[in-house]
Formats: sequence, C-alpha cells, structure tokens
Amino acid sequence: MDTILFIIFAIVAIVCAFNLVLQKHPISSALSLIGVMGALAVLYLLLGAEFIAMAQMIVYGGAVMVLFVFVIMLLNAGTEKTSSKSWFAQIAGLPLLLAFIALLGFLVRRFLPRMPRVEFGTWYGGTAERIGQVLFTDYLLPFEIVSILILIAILGAVVLAQKEMD
Amino acid sequence: MNFFIVSLIKIVIVFGAFMTTLAYLQWIERKVLAHIQIRTGPLRVGPHGLMQPMADVVKLLTKEDLLPPYVNRFFYLLAPFIAVCLALIAISIIPFGPEIEVFGYRTYMQISDVSVGILFILAISAVSVYGLALAGWSSNNKYSLLGGLRSSAQMISYELPLTLVIVSPLLLANQLSLRAISDTQAGYYLGFIPKWNIFHMPFPQIFGFIIFMIAAFAETNRVPFDLPEAENELVAGYHTEYSSMKFACFFMSEYANMVTMSCVATLLFLGAWHPLFPAPYSNWVAPVVFALVALICFYYAIEPARKRDRTTFPIFGLGFLVLAVLFAIPVLQTVLIPIFWFAAKVGFLLFAYIWVRGTLPRFRYDQLMHFAWTFLFPCALLNLLLTALLVAVF
Repeated sequence: MDTILFIIFAIVAIVCAFNLVLQKHPISSALSLIGVMGALAVLYLLLGAEFIAMAQMIVYGGAVMVLFVFVIMLLNAGTEKTSSKSWFAQIAGLPLLLAFIALLGFLVRRFLPRMPRVEFGTWYGGTAERIGQVLFTDYLLPFEIVSILILIAILGAVVLAQKEMD
Repeated sequence: MNFFIVSLIKIVIVFGAFMTTLAYLQWIERKVLAHIQIRTGPLRVGPHGLMQPMADVVKLLTKEDLLPPYVNRFFYLLAPFIAVCLALIAISIIPFGPEIEVFGYRTYMQISDVSVGILFILAISAVSVYGLALAGWSSNNKYSLLGGLRSSAQMISYELPLTLVIVSPLLLANQLSLRAISDTQAGYYLGFIPKWNIFHMPFPQIFGFIIFMIAAFAETNRVPFDLPEAENELVAGYHTEYSSMKFACFFMSEYANMVTMSCVATLLFLGAWHPLFPAPYSNWVAPVVFALVALICFYYAIEPARKRDRTTFPIFGLGFLVLAVLFAIPVLQTVLIPIFWFAAKVGFLLFAYIWVRGTLPRFRYDQLMHFAWTFLFPCALLNLLLTALLVAVF
C-alpha cells in the first residue's frame, strides 16, 4: 500500500515538475509547482514526517505560492514566447543532459556511504512533539540563528518598501 | 475489514448530514435575515419555505451552463472544483462526539483522527485560496480579477492572526489532534464552571475566541469582510462569470467553510461536545428545549397567524415532541447528548455569522487591511505571549 502510494505521488511530483518547465504560461507553471509541493507533502507523510508534511502545505503550498500567483495575476503576465534555441542546444542538449544525470548517479553511488533501504511506516520521529524537543535541545543555536536571519530579512524588506514609498 | 465498513458508514452519515446542513443553512440565513429586516423570507415552497433548498437545487441544476468564450477554459473549470473539494475535505477530521458503542463495536464519532489535525485544517484553508484566485483570474474579467486579487490578499492577511490565535489553545492542550484538544476541556471548576478554553483558568481565552471569530469571518469572505464579492463595487466578484452548478460550487464552498470554521471554533474554544452544565442537569437540557419548542408550536397552532398554520404547526410540534422523547431515553442519551451540545454550539456560531451579516456594514478595502495588520495581528500576538507566559508560570 505504502509503496503503491509512493509510486503514484512520486510520478505526480515528477510530471508536475516537468510541466512546470514546459508550460508557457506563468500561472500554469505556478500551479504545477503547487502540485509538486502537494506531492512532496504526501511523500513526507508516507515517510512518517507528519509535521513537515503539514508545514510544507501551509508554508509552501499556501503562503509562498499564493504570493507567486498573486504577483503573476497582479502583473497580468501573459504567455511567454519561446526564444529561438541555439543550434548547440538543439543538437547536444539531450545527450548532455543524460550524461550529466548519469555522472550524478555515478558520483552518488560511488562516494556517498551506503544507506539502508527506506522502510515505510517504521520511523516515528516526525511528530510535532519530537521536532519541538530536538529543536530546543540539539539544534537550539541554529534555530535561533535562523530566526534572527529571518528577522533581518523582514527588516530589510520593510526598509526597501519604505524607500519605494518616499 | 471492519474498519473499512465502519469508516464507510461514518462517511455516508457525515456527508449526508453535512450536505443537509449546507442546504438548510441557506434557508436559515434567508429566514433570519428576513426577520432581522422585518420581512418573512421564503414562504411559498412548502410549509414556511422549508422545501426552498430543494427548489434551489433543482433550479441550479437545470439552469443553462454558460461557458463564456473569452475565459481560460482549463482554469475556469478547475477553480470551482478546487473550491468545493477543499471546502468539503476539512469536515473529515472534525470530531462530533466521544467514543461510542454501537452494537458492541466501539468507535469514535469522527471520520478519522489525524494526529496533526489542526495543522491539516490550516493547510486546507491555506490552499483553498486558489479556488477563488483562479476563478477571478481565469474569468478574464476586470471585476472577477479584482475579486480574486482581493480574496487572496485578504486571506493571506487574516491567516496570520488566525494561526497565531489557534496556538494559545494548543499551548493549553499540549496536543495537535482535535480529539485530544476536546478531551482536555472536559470537567468543571468548582463543580459548575465548565473547563472550556474560553473559561480556562488562569487565563480565559475569551480574547482569543473573539479574534478567531473575526479572522474566521474574513477567511470565509463573509460580511463585514466580503470584499471579494462586494456586489455594489464588483458585480459579484470572483464568481461573476459563473453560472449553474459551477456557481453552486462556490456557494456551497462558502457555506461549507463557514460550518468548518464554526466547528473548529467550537472544538478549540467552546469545549467541543462537553455540556455547559454537569451531567445530571445537562442531560435534561435537550429534552426540555425540544419540549418547549413543541409547546410553542402547539400554541401557534391554536392561535394561527395564517390559515395554513392550523395544519402545519401541530405536525412540527409532534416532531419536536418525538425528538424530546428520543433525547430523554437513557440508552440513546450517550450518543445524542454530545451531538446536541456540539450542534448547539456550532449552530450558535452559524447564527452569529448571519446575525453579523444582518447588522454590520461592509469594510472599506484599506480599512480591512489596516485592521488586520495593525490591530488584529498585534492583539493575537499579545494573547499568545500572555498565554505562553501563564502556561510557563503555572
């Protein structure tokens, strides 16, 4: 059951990702990205990371992508024209891509340590309780640093917007 | 196997009840609004307009389904689908009552208990913006686009205070599952004050509840925050170009969102299905209320305002009398009393929705944004800080 669901949603994620690149209209691309986010959330859920799955939907699927869609709608961006491809990309594009993927796969298999196979439904560390504990014990310093980083980013955004208004 | 059959039965029951509620909520809204404005409301179809929802459904189903030539076809058709699906999904994790035993099988009055339940609700409400935004954009119409833009901006803004204010009850309950949150609100202080979160000692969540309801009104695009469909500015906003069943989808999703938000408010703040009074008294509230309604019906049957009331009111009265008897049977009480209290609280909140619609004027758009960011958001933050402090101290 878990494996079947994994295959279904992995395919959905990949198809949506391809669609994101292939679509000519920004809105279609943005919606494909939402599809990727949703499929990823289901994959997280299958692995037992329920909190991350929901956070993914709330933050990425909800807030971030709504802003994307909002801006696209506000600018009323139309269909993009395909730029004329160079002869090099037309001839060597696909072989080079395949070679790159093969190289990547080889490097991963060669240099990364061998991991045990993923078993669905065996890991229970993804509950909100567990994440909270880890966040406030083992990873307290990185957590606080990230908070300050985000605060700085917010202040920066406010400053930039202020300048625009004056 | 048992699990699947029971789940299927529960889904059928909840879906049926939910759909009936949606249909009749609209009737109730029209009636209540009418009485606020000293009118009578729907009265022609069936006794007191009770068959009006069926008539509306037939009307919406049989109307011509227009597909304007200038729309973006795919997204135009997708938008109502997204809106109604997401609105209906959220009900699946709402618990309506405690664990019950039916024919020796113990089960919860809930389709499924998700351990991150409240986050699931937030995720659904975060994604449901797309229905409205896409509808507005794909209609290729200025008014629709403005409605869609307004709705996305408004829903992002009000999601913030909504989420912040939800955190306080979570702090009190230490759980994310809706069932666990409701279970922590059982019991009474001093034997008579219910341990609902709005009466929670040391810091009652009354402000939290009020902020939640305001944000919920905005999230569901209801008056006074119904700017996405403000009819005197935007024709009908994001659903201007929709007709027939596609329009009905948006209509249904709005009401479904109202019901879900009221359910969540009840679960988080109003103690879910836990009664206002300790058990020996609260078990008699439902029968007494129904008996009183029956008496009122009989009284108006004796002194009818209209001729047909002489026949319709005794039937209603008998119906309520049967209900009163049913709620007084001890065997059924374990199932019916929690449902009664849950429905009473949700019903009150839904009535508040309609009440507000009947009495408050609409915000201006800049006021709406200003209100969210400079008043509601700091209030929610303050509420959260105070609650966190008190939880840490006590």
